[in-house]
Amino acid sequence: MTCAEAIQAYALRSLGIGERLLPQSEITLCEQIVLIGSGMIWNVYFGVLALAFGFFFAVALAVAKASRRWLVRKPAEWFIFVFRGSPLFIQFFMAYEAFVMLPRVGIEFTLLGIEIAAETRWFSRAWLGALIVLFLNTSAYAAEIFYGALRSVPRGDLEAADAYGLSGWAKFRRVVFPTTMRLAWPAYTNEAIFLFQSTALVFFSSFPAFRQQGDALYYANYFADRTFNPFIPYPIVALYFVALTLVIIWVFGAINTRLNRHLPAERRQRLRIRPQVIR
Amino acid sequence: MFEYCTDPSTLDTARWFGCYLTNGAHMLFYQSFLVVFALLAVTAPVSLAFGFAAAAASRSHVPPLAWAGKLYTAMVRGVPDIVFFLFFVLVLDQAIEYARHRISCPDWTDPIRQGANFLVCPEARTPAGNAPQWVHEAYGFALAVFTYAIVFGAFCGNVLFGAMRAVPRPQLETAEAYGMSRRQVFWRVLVPQMWIYALPGLSNIWMILIKATPLLFLLGIEDIVYWARELGGSRTSAYQYPHPDWRFWYFLGLLVFYLCFTRVSEIVLGRLTRRLSHGQATAAGEELRKAAA
Repeated sequence: MTCAEAIQAYALRSLGIGERLLPQSEITLCEQIVLIGSGMIWNVYFGVLALAFGFFFAVALAVAKASRRWLVRKPAEWFIFVFRGSPLFIQFFMAYEAFVMLPRVGIEFTLLGIEIAAETRWFSRAWLGALIVLFLNTSAYAAEIFYGALRSVPRGDLEAADAYGLSGWAKFRRVVFPTTMRLAWPAYTNEAIFLFQSTALVFFSSFPAFRQQGDALYYANYFADRTFNPFIPYPIVALYFVALTLVIIWVFGAINTRLNRHLPAERRQRLRIRPQVIR
Repeated sequence: MFEYCTDPSTLDTARWFGCYLTNGAHMLFYQSFLVVFALLAVTAPVSLAFGFAAAAASRSHVPPLAWAGKLYTAMVRGVPDIVFFLFFVLVLDQAIEYARHRISCPDWTDPIRQGANFLVCPEARTPAGNAPQWVHEAYGFALAVFTYAIVFGAFCGNVLFGAMRAVPRPQLETAEAYGMSRRQVFWRVLVPQMWIYALPGLSNIWMILIKATPLLFLLGIEDIVYWARELGGSRTSAYQYPHPDWRFWYFLGLLVFYLCFTRVSEIVLGRLTRRLSHGQATAAGEELRKAAA
């Protein structure tokens, strides 16, 4: 099989488009690169969506944790403690078992004029179930980062806001929130990198790879088992992840520059990229 | 365990659970918690040693040594650890077998890689094919521990390298002014002072290490995750203790175990930080000094 053929057959294999059978024997380098790359689609999907939804939930959690009201603060504190204190791997397993126990019912509803038949069965599929776990997990980690930043907003900024007569929502939106983001951004960049890397765990959690539509590591593992040669598939995954990490650093760096654009150059916060962390 | 356990189908709920939770399989489950602790007990010091060696090498004035140290700590950046875990175990396994193959069967002519197979001569099989079961398990565990140590050693190396750079320059310059050699400055001034700077990073790594222990399951070790899945699966009435699918509850148990473990670690590390801050030229040390005065 030539490279062009491999791309045609397997580039979208992880979405169920293309050749049905995975390469069995005579596995070429091209096939490995293409198929593992196709699996990366899932990693990017999980990372981007979990991060996008998680951001808003994390801000809400951070504000709740900083609240003076016991009834608001405690649930947020517990949520953050539970998701940060336990391994992501166990969370995946638990969530899967919980979702499987859900009663099998379907709901039909129209969203933006399109009829959607939602089923609870979807929860036990990776695309939804694992996404929910990743979303909750990254929310907890990001909330802790935002909480720390929220507490280190300079007092002078808050006093200045008061002096301008800002209060409540206006004060939060115009003073507290932008400063929090600016302070939290370097740490949040690391969190984003960790999240993308922990998407590698998804298809090792109980969530089954439906019709062999797996993520990058699923295919790498498949090749390593087939060829009994780990020296090719795993470095390919590693290179894909390094590339992905560089893209994240670039995107988040651009946002960081924008968040800091009003500051004199020497007071700007630089991004410091730390080695990744397992959950 | 208890004498009334001979016929569980006749027992009331409390006694049934008393028997169920103390049967042989559950005892193995409880023992597997020891596997987790054993892994932590071995991995933590070994990876700290790896990390220390890497950090010291990175500071070396001999270029190849410094490159080796930096390469090692940079290696784990940007790549998910799980890839390393899966990769290293296979690589180590094959490397050991290959080395033994070259030593013990020099006149073996067949190629080692035959298509999809990795074939070495029977004498080089590690562990030997006729070895008892526990040798196989111990070998698998040793490989896993070594893999963990390599990955976490790189993390520690990164933290310790940063901590060495955080020790105030004047401290080292003073030592040099007293006529200490490079080696003496390193061992007598730098190393004793760096721990307080390294502690936040190291406690972070400890937490990560705790939370990485369930990955043992992926390396084929019969750890707590393995047993939770085994025991939780539904049992028909063919078994002594029939029950529906209870895996959720077993995983809930593991979750609680990990939460307690991380919480206790947090408290202990907090105390340790306080302790090490005594007399240090840091903000925390200053606070302790003021509180005492």
